[in-house]
Formats: sequence, C-alpha cells, structure tokens
Amino acid sequence: MNQGIQVAETKHILSAFDDDLNELFRQIAVMGGMVEEAIARSTEALRTRDNELALRVIGNDDAIDALEEEIHRATVRILALRQPRAQDLRTVVAVIRIAISLERVGDYAKNIAKRTSGLVQSPSQTGTSASIRNLSVSVRRLLKTALDSFVRRDAEMAMDVLVLDEEVDQLYNSVFRELLTHMMEDPRQITPSMHMLFIAKNLERVGDHATGIAEQVSYAVTGSLPGEERPKSDLTPFDDYSIEQFKHDSKEKRT
Amino acid sequence: MLEGNHSGSPEIRAGADASDALAESRAADVSRAKILARDVNVHYGDAQALHDVAIDIADKSVTALIGPSGCGKSTFLRCLNRMNDTINHCRIKGRIELDGEDIYGRSVDPVQLRAKVGMVFQKPNPFPKSIFDNVAYGPRIHGLAVSRQELDEIVETALRRAALWEEVKDRLKSPGTGISGGQQQRLCIARAIATQPEVLLMDEPCSSLDPIATSQIEELIDQLRTGYAVVIVTHSMQQAARVSQNTAFFHLGHLVEFSDTNTVFTNPVDERTESYLSGRIG
Repeated sequence: MNQGIQVAETKHILSAFDDDLNELFRQIAVMGGMVEEAIARSTEALRTRDNELALRVIGNDDAIDALEEEIHRATVRILALRQPRAQDLRTVVAVIRIAISLERVGDYAKNIAKRTSGLVQSPSQTGTSASIRNLSVSVRRLLKTALDSFVRRDAEMAMDVLVLDEEVDQLYNSVFRELLTHMMEDPRQITPSMHMLFIAKNLERVGDHATGIAEQVSYAVTGSLPGEERPKSDLTPFDDYSIEQFKHDSKEKRT
Repeated sequence: MLEGNHSGSPEIRAGADASDALAESRAADVSRAKILARDVNVHYGDAQALHDVAIDIADKSVTALIGPSGCGKSTFLRCLNRMNDTINHCRIKGRIELDGEDIYGRSVDPVQLRAKVGMVFQKPNPFPKSIFDNVAYGPRIHGLAVSRQELDEIVETALRRAALWEEVKDRLKSPGTGISGGQQQRLCIARAIATQPEVLLMDEPCSSLDPIATSQIEELIDQLRTGYAVVIVTHSMQQAARVSQNTAFFHLGHLVEFSDTNTVFTNPVDERTESYLSGRIG
C-alpha cells in the first residue's frame, strides 16, 4: 500500500492556512462524535424501549445538519482563499465528501429513532434486539476506525474499515434471515419485523458510509482510492511517451 | 540516446523482426517531441546551475517550468534558444534537439535558431520604434517579406494572433512604448511570432501585469498553443495550472518531477514537489 507523501506534519509557510485545515479536522471530529452518539443512542433506545431517548436522537439531527453546513462553508472558503494544492487539495475534497457521508449517517440514526419510537408504542415485540445490537456495535466500530484514520491521516488504518465492513454485511444477512423466520412463523410479527429490517438496513448503510469515508482517507493521504494503482492520469499519446521517458530516465539515473 | 529506453508494448519486442519494429516506433516517438533535452548540465563559472536535465517538450502544447528562485528554470529556458551563449562564463554540456537537430551543432546559426525559437521576457521590452516597426523588425532582418504589402500582411497577422490588432490598427505609427503594459507585452508576443517561430519561450510574461492583462495573455497563450510549442517559466503556480498541459518542477538545478499538469497539482509523486506546491517548509 502506498503511504503517500508524509508532509502533513510539516507546517505551511502561511500559518493561517494550517489553522484553517486544523479547524476542518476538528469540525469533522466533532461531527463524527455526534453521529456516533446518535447511532449508539438510537439502538440503545430500541433495546431499552426508551421513547424519550429516541425522541432526543430525532431532535439532535438538526445540530448535525447545521454542522455539515458549517463545514461546507469552511471548505468553500478554503478553496476560494487558500487555493489548496496536492495533498491539501485532496484533503479538502475528502472533507466535503466525509461531511456529506456523516450527515447521511445522522439521517439513518434519526430514521432508526423514528421507527423505535413507533415500535415501543406498539404492544408487539420481536426477539432480534440482540442481533441488532451486535450490528450496531460493529457499525460504530467501523465508523470510529474510519474517523480515527482520517484524523491520524493513516491510510493503512483506513484499509481495516474495508475488511470490517464485510463482517457488518454478514451480520446484516443473519438479521435478515432471523426476521424472515419470525415473519413466516407469525404473521402478526410482520409489521414490527419490517421496522426491524429497515433498522438493520439503516445500520448496514452506515457501514457503507464508513467504508466511503475510509476510501476518502486513502485518497487524501495517498492520492488514490483503495485497490487502485497510483493514477497514471489521462495522458495523451504524446505525453505518455515523454513522461514515461522522463520516468525511465530518472530511474536509470538513480541506479 | 534512446537505446534501451523504449517503453513500448512487449508484443513488439517479442516479434521475429523485433529490432526493426522497435527502431521504427522509436523514430516515431522521437519525431513527436518538438524539443528533446538530454544530460543538460550548465555551469556559471564554478557554480553548477543545472544537473543532468532530461525532458521532452511536446509540440502544440504549453509546458510550464516551475520552482523556487534559483532552481534553474530560467537557465534551462534560456538554453533552448541559446540565450546563454552571450554569457561568457556559462558552460553548457549535453544535448538539446529541435526536431531532431542538435541546436548547439556547429552548423547552427544562433540568430536563425532564435527566429525559430522566439522569446518573450518578464518586462515588456518594445523597441523605441513604432508599433509597426516593432513587429516588422524580425521579418525585415530575416528577409521574410519581398514587398511592402507582404510585410504589412505579416505585421497584421502577427498583431491579430497576439490579440492586439483591433486595439492598435489605427495607430501603427505611434511608439510601441506608448501603449499600456499589457498591450506592450502583447506587442512583444506579436514581435516574437512575426518571424513565424515554431517554439515560443516565455520567461514570466505576466509578472509585471495586472490581473486583466494577465488573463488576456493567458488566453493568448492558450490560443497560441494550437500553432506552437510554448514553454513558460512562471512563479505563479496558479498560472502554470491554468495555462499548461505539462508541468516540470525544478529544484536546486534538478528536474525533480515532470508530468501532466493535473497530476502535478493533484497528486505529485515527489516530496519536494508536494512541499513546494502546498507552500510548506520543505
């Protein structure tokens, strides 16, 4: 795995630029924390049948959306005023996409809380809370690993997320089969089971967004997405020749 | 020079008459580089300004040379039309070819070379002559026009190509120094292209111009690339990003990185390029 160019630790000559970028990292960390908590609380509300907690998760989503807006404004400002290049440019683009992913994850948490609120007010119960909880734990670990890899600019750590996401998919599949069994056994379970299925699907989608964040970390740090060679870029036939020639010559010079 | 450097497909190499096919495709490759430089080393007295520079400059495209002050980018640019010949203690080694011909060869007349490889400088430097005479100067000394009418046509064409004709057509007899800085620079570009060069070298052509005049020159550079190989030295990285197709980064006399401009600005390979582009202490 190409680890990219390790310059993130060196400072910009213009220190205000560093301040701007650090502020972006801080905002993403704050937003990530809010979103992780929303997922945790929504599934906790489901487990403990706590309607009040579910309603709080729904109410908090506005704050997550507002922070996404704030991050969006900050990135536009940096693009306009700092004209970032190379790794800085990739980082800012990654931040834009990560903020969008986190906002979506916030929406999934809100949706889980809404369904939970409906479920706790109905008399019927389903027996899959434990499986959903396992799924929630896995997904949050995924999200946390992805966000940590971003803050640490660690592309290798980001790769772990891709592996962990397979586990989430497997957990989701087993929840799906479990719910299907419930529904076949007792048609009265269909409505609550369908809600549970959507909740599980939401969690599975959170895993996909965590993977997307990890891919952005890889892009920001190394310049390429996982599983992709470092871009040779779209070269015209001529450029291809001359640049390949240059690379060859440089290599020959070194050896 | 290119022995063993060919990066062609393995099928070509595997064939029975591989060497013929290889030689043929190699010849085709070479013909596509307008300027080819290999092992270029330049010394000013004891100080070495360039180390083993090797680069292929494409025809009909803009190549930007960027790097911090003193990195050798202007020195390299000046090697391309033998401007360094005029500096006594400057020694140039290596090979620079224009269309396959060594420009430092014995039979090459530097004056003729400079008609083919035009140059535009940092500060607009029109001659203290009329606008017309500024542009007509090169064609006159190179005997490109046999009649006054032909000379008029050459001057008009050059001024049109330099996007200046409309602004000066009614005052061709006024002094070239009497127009605005941006117009003067376009006049210098018109003067450079009046001899119908094949390559246009520009050494920070916009550094003394305001943003509007800069945009006009950049638009002009973009237009000119359909007819010429343009090589531009610039301190403005954004300008390099805006106008060039390929970018070469020089540092301490070495050509560190050379790639298409998009790759250099989004995903440079070398740490020194990355540090320079992102404005970090290297």
